Amino acid sequence: MNWRRVWTIAVKEYVEFSRDRRTVMATMLMPLIQVILYGYLSSDVRYQPTIVWDLSQTAESRQLLEAFTNSQYFSIKYKARSMQDVVRRIEGGEALVGIVILPDYAKLLHQKKSPEVMVAVDASDATAARTSVSVAQAIGSSLTHGMVLKELRMNGAPIPKVGVDVRARAWYNPALRQEVFIVPGVLALVMQFTMTFLSMSTIVKERELGTLEQLVVSPIQSSELMLGKMIPLITIGYINVTAILLLAVFWFHVPVVGSVVLLYVTVFIFFFTTLGMGTLVSTIAKSYIQAVQLIQFFLMPSMLLSGFIFPIASMPLALQWLSYLVPLTYFLTIVRGIIIKGVGIEYLWPQITLLTLLGLAVFTTAVLRFRKRID
Amino acid sequence: MNTTATTVRAESLTRRFGNFVAVDNISFEIHSGEIWGFLGPNGSGKSTTIRMLCGVLEPSSGRAQVLGYDVARDPESVKLRIGYMSQGSSLWNDLTVEEHLRFYAGLFGLYGAEQRAAVEEWMSRIGLTQRRNELAGSLPGGFRKRLALACTLLHRPQMLFLDEPTSGVDPVSRREFWDLIVGLADAGRTVMVTTHYLDEAEHCNQLAFIYNGRIIARGSPEELKHASDAGVTVEILSKDNVAVLDAVEDLPYVRSASLYGSSLHVTVERNGDLVRLQRFLDAHDLDVSEPAPITPSLEDVFAGLVKAASPSGAP
Repeated sequence: MNWRRVWTIAVKEYVEFSRDRRTVMATMLMPLIQVILYGYLSSDVRYQPTIVWDLSQTAESRQLLEAFTNSQYFSIKYKARSMQDVVRRIEGGEALVGIVILPDYAKLLHQKKSPEVMVAVDASDATAARTSVSVAQAIGSSLTHGMVLKELRMNGAPIPKVGVDVRARAWYNPALRQEVFIVPGVLALVMQFTMTFLSMSTIVKERELGTLEQLVVSPIQSSELMLGKMIPLITIGYINVTAILLLAVFWFHVPVVGSVVLLYVTVFIFFFTTLGMGTLVSTIAKSYIQAVQLIQFFLMPSMLLSGFIFPIASMPLALQWLSYLVPLTYFLTIVRGIIIKGVGIEYLWPQITLLTLLGLAVFTTAVLRFRKRID
Repeated sequence: MNTTATTVRAESLTRRFGNFVAVDNISFEIHSGEIWGFLGPNGSGKSTTIRMLCGVLEPSSGRAQVLGYDVARDPESVKLRIGYMSQGSSLWNDLTVEEHLRFYAGLFGLYGAEQRAAVEEWMSRIGLTQRRNELAGSLPGGFRKRLALACTLLHRPQMLFLDEPTSGVDPVSRREFWDLIVGLADAGRTVMVTTHYLDEAEHCNQLAFIYNGRIIARGSPEELKHASDAGVTVEILSKDNVAVLDAVEDLPYVRSASLYGSSLHVTVERNGDLVRLQRFLDAHDLDVSEPAPITPSLEDVFAGLVKAASPSGAP
């Protein structure tokens, strides 16, 4: 390994990159834009637009609706005058939830009979609907609970000390803020894309231009050429990671609980892996367009399987096994572990080891394929 | 073996891609100080041969030595000592003239004061000192080619491989470029060059014509023009050159016929055929001048060679 030749390549890559304004802008801004978008879009299911058909029109029915509003999950936007109104708003998409209170609601309450309240939820989006349904049910049982206690007290009966007291505590993210979970994930996701894409394009572009042929005839070794190209990309990657972390901490108030040093070390292992992936793609694809398509083909399943959106534990077993082949899976666990939970190498060593092994396999294959002889 | 006189020695060099034989058992020698022209249509095997000689592409069979090193066994020694200008670009649009020279100097192991000296020297020799900070992407075509050439010369290679170095360049720049090449050969460097321009081939000491992977003719430009099997070329003037060309080009004894400026060059197999050609022209009442024998141009020679070598066009 001749380090001066490596450095010659690295300097050339730096200069070339810095002169290409559009690429510089895209590389520096795209990660931040993605973090901002994901950060804002990942907010909880709240303020679901709701239409109410209140046939009771009593203090009791208003009390019920107040409970819905106070939960912050429902926002009563429309008053209906008929069932058709309710259906039309939901079908039109203006309302996601419809509440119907029957005329005898208050009367049945006073007669100590349980009146029925209908809550219809647009369940096209199952995740949001699930939240709405469980919150609605919780509101119902909480009201019932209160009424039972009141009844007992009024009758002078002793209040029974039975029941289960579930005390749920949200560790690591006590306020249950979705962005605390999502933003570190976006860091991993964005870096995977940037590193794979840049390493692919620096090689494929050189090949399409014809300059790769010229380099191949020079005394430079393929390993020196690769390393020289990777050094600037790793620098760019670290600038991106730092910018994303600053944005996460100071804009989204995502606390970085664990060791930043450990984070930066594991980021390096991940860079190594993703740069290898990009190089591998460049050796397979015949053209730039083909390489871009191939990368999508790699990155799409890797995002879906990694646990970025869908928890791995709830995947079918076959897909779980597949997810263990995806480097992003390990890196996500590492990044979330360090940033959110503040755990260190004592818990993360299996992931770090596997990511390193996977990285070595990918990188070695890439180097072997990226031989000097280009037939 | 006299390695001082022979810079390149190819013996039965062959390269196959699958079933396709790109270079078919060719042998030749290039002597030091020669400008060796490698001519032939697109896809005839020129670039494949050069890439084998540069140690980029392994020969399927046969062997080749460049500057005494075997290209298959010791490609790295070959690469250190040659200059190679590929058909594609060797320049990056976003790098300046000076950055290119420094980059290639570094690649070939020149650093510090040695690098600065080599860069300054070549920048002035190609006349780009004034444009040292200009981006290669904004340079005119002729300057780009000269810069690319200088990039291959910084490490003072004794052997130069130039693959169509003047394609897409205007005639004045082409001439300036050839002045540089001739100067390099005069200084003792050996040059192997491929070209499509047959006027450029006149600058070469030796020529080889490759067709379908085989060398079908070789010699100096003069030898090729006067070779006994080169046929007899006559110039014909007429009012309607195209009509005459259409009439004569498929005659069995006409080896080649082509428009040449305002006249028509026709090459026939031997002297006796001239009488038959004259008779044919008279019989068909074509209004032409008396066919006048001339020295054929390289174009006539090669047009004839290709026609003779191609399976369908053979008489």
